[in-house]
Amino acid sequence: MSDRTLIKKENSVLLMLRLIGRTTLGWYDKVMSGIRFLGGMTILLGQILWWTVMSLVKPDIRFRRPALIYQMVRVGVRSISIIVLVQMFIGIILVLQMAPTLDMYGQLSSVANIIAIAVFRELGPLITAVVLSGFAGASIAAEIGAMVESEEVKALRAHALNPINFLVVPRVLATVLMMIGLTVISDVMGIIGGFTTAVGFLGIDSQVYLQNTQTALVAKDFITGLFKAGIFGLQISMIACYLGLRVTGGAVGVGKATTQTVVFSIVSLIATDCLFTAIFYIFGL
Amino acid sequence: MVTPVIEVNNLAKWFTDENHRRSRVLHDVNFNVFPGETLVIMGGSGCGKSTLLNCMIGELHPDRGSIKIFEKDITTMDEFSLNDIRKKFGILFQSGALFNSMTVGENIALPLQEHSEIDPSIINIVVTIKLEQVRMLAHRNKIPSQLSGGQKKRAGLARAIALDPKILFYDEPSAGLDPVTVAAIDELIISLSKKLGVTSIVVTHDMPSAFRIADRMVMLHKGKVLKVGEKREFEVLRDTPAEELTDPNDQLIHQFLLGLGHGPLTDSEGISEYEKIMTDGFI
Ligand SMILES: Nc1ncnc2c1ncn2[C@@H]1O[C@H](COP(=O)(O)OP(=O)(O)OP(=O)(O)O)[C@@H](O)[C@H]1O
Ligand SMILES: [Mg+2]
Repeated sequence: MSDRTLIKKENSVLLMLRLIGRTTLGWYDKVMSGIRFLGGMTILLGQILWWTVMSLVKPDIRFRRPALIYQMVRVGVRSISIIVLVQMFIGIILVLQMAPTLDMYGQLSSVANIIAIAVFRELGPLITAVVLSGFAGASIAAEIGAMVESEEVKALRAHALNPINFLVVPRVLATVLMMIGLTVISDVMGIIGGFTTAVGFLGIDSQVYLQNTQTALVAKDFITGLFKAGIFGLQISMIACYLGLRVTGGAVGVGKATTQTVVFSIVSLIATDCLFTAIFYIFGL
Repeated sequence: MVTPVIEVNNLAKWFTDENHRRSRVLHDVNFNVFPGETLVIMGGSGCGKSTLLNCMIGELHPDRGSIKIFEKDITTMDEFSLNDIRKKFGILFQSGALFNSMTVGENIALPLQEHSEIDPSIINIVVTIKLEQVRMLAHRNKIPSQLSGGQKKRAGLARAIALDPKILFYDEPSAGLDPVTVAAIDELIISLSKKLGVTSIVVTHDMPSAFRIADRMVMLHKGKVLKVGEKREFEVLRDTPAEELTDPNDQLIHQFLLGLGHGPLTDSEGISEYEKIMTDGFI
């Protein structure tokens, strides 16, 4: 073996080792930051629960009703029209996608059952949450991030006002409540979308459609859907507040927190949804 | 012997950067602040002034040492006791740090609404008085983005004095303002300290302003206290020609106070120590 190939071989081995080392370190850093994120979120959840309970039981800690109402309007009202529109489309799409297959089995009218279950159990909460993560999540993260950057959060603490109680709790409660409320609207709109398409376009009898929808749905479908909606709302708002409060590095940092909020929210929404569906399936809910 | 309002003892603080390197920002800082006086903390960029101030207001936790405010050590306090102390002090942040979603009036009303049982109509009157004290009554209904830098500081000051604090902290009150506005803000600081009898701690590197408002001064350098003393002593150091100063620390302070381009703070290439600190960090 000539010297040259030896050196080359050594180099490639070193290169390989370095590559492995770097990749491992990269993964290590990612895993650690993932753990830190989950830890931070858990602590934040604890703080939110603590302040909410305290503000309800201790008279000297105020429950911020005006702030809550203000945030509910802000989180919810602007997104109503989008959710109405999107969920209508979802209803229409579902009916049109399902119809040919169902028709093959001579079961066209059971499209109503499928829509009802799909919308109430799954798409109502999920689509609402995705829309809200773009609307409320991003704007909460940007707002809190900008407040951190302009020293407003520091000023709150300096005035003996806890940012969790003052900023986070009203936003989280508002998002949870509005998520539940919007999901009800979303459910109804999905059914309306499906109904109009099925009746108007596919010629299914309207009485049959409504009948099938009714028989398909039981209370638990509605309740599990709303339960999920509440959890989704908690996730979106907590991620937004957490990332917003941790902003560093000026306008760039605020932009990063906003994008991350939407991305993290959507990933965690779908992961949680998967988990819940599995749990509900196992327990027959 | 008067008991100090604030006692800073052997304060030390390290920062860890994202590469897990630790650098020491405060080295065994010691000084006292006495009732009613105005203490100016000065020093070059990156010497640890803001870090020190943040420790004093409970925003940062020092790694060693203690800070006693009204004879209670705030470094070992839980948030609730700390908040009781915080209600007794006001802070003017560098940018004013007004709440951007509220009007000037609402900004000033907030601490009153949150921490006092005062009736809303009386809060209204108090807000008027505070705004009048900082000459900002005309801007009551503006939101912060409609204000100039100097106006933001005045509004921030009105909010800081809303709860009639015993101690006022100022973080670079003159930063970003023209000399005339600086002088006007200084007048305000002096008159508040005289009228309200508050103890003031001012962080600044604006020397004319420092000499106008100070009773006593602290000179920080690379995280250490170089000198604590009466304003008079610093004036003497400033006005003595450099050649007559033998102590290297005195030479350094002399250069800083006069803002000279050469001296112990500047190396042979004319680069100031402060710039080096900011680029290299220090251990
Ligand atoms: N959060 C932080 N993490 C790491 N290092 C920090 C942090 N904050 C400040 N530092 C470093 O500590 C040193 C002191 O910073 P500090 O902000 O206290 O300086 P300063 O005296 O207020 O300067 P200036 O006059 O420019 O405001 C600087 O070298 C700075 O880089
Ligand atoms: Mg500073």
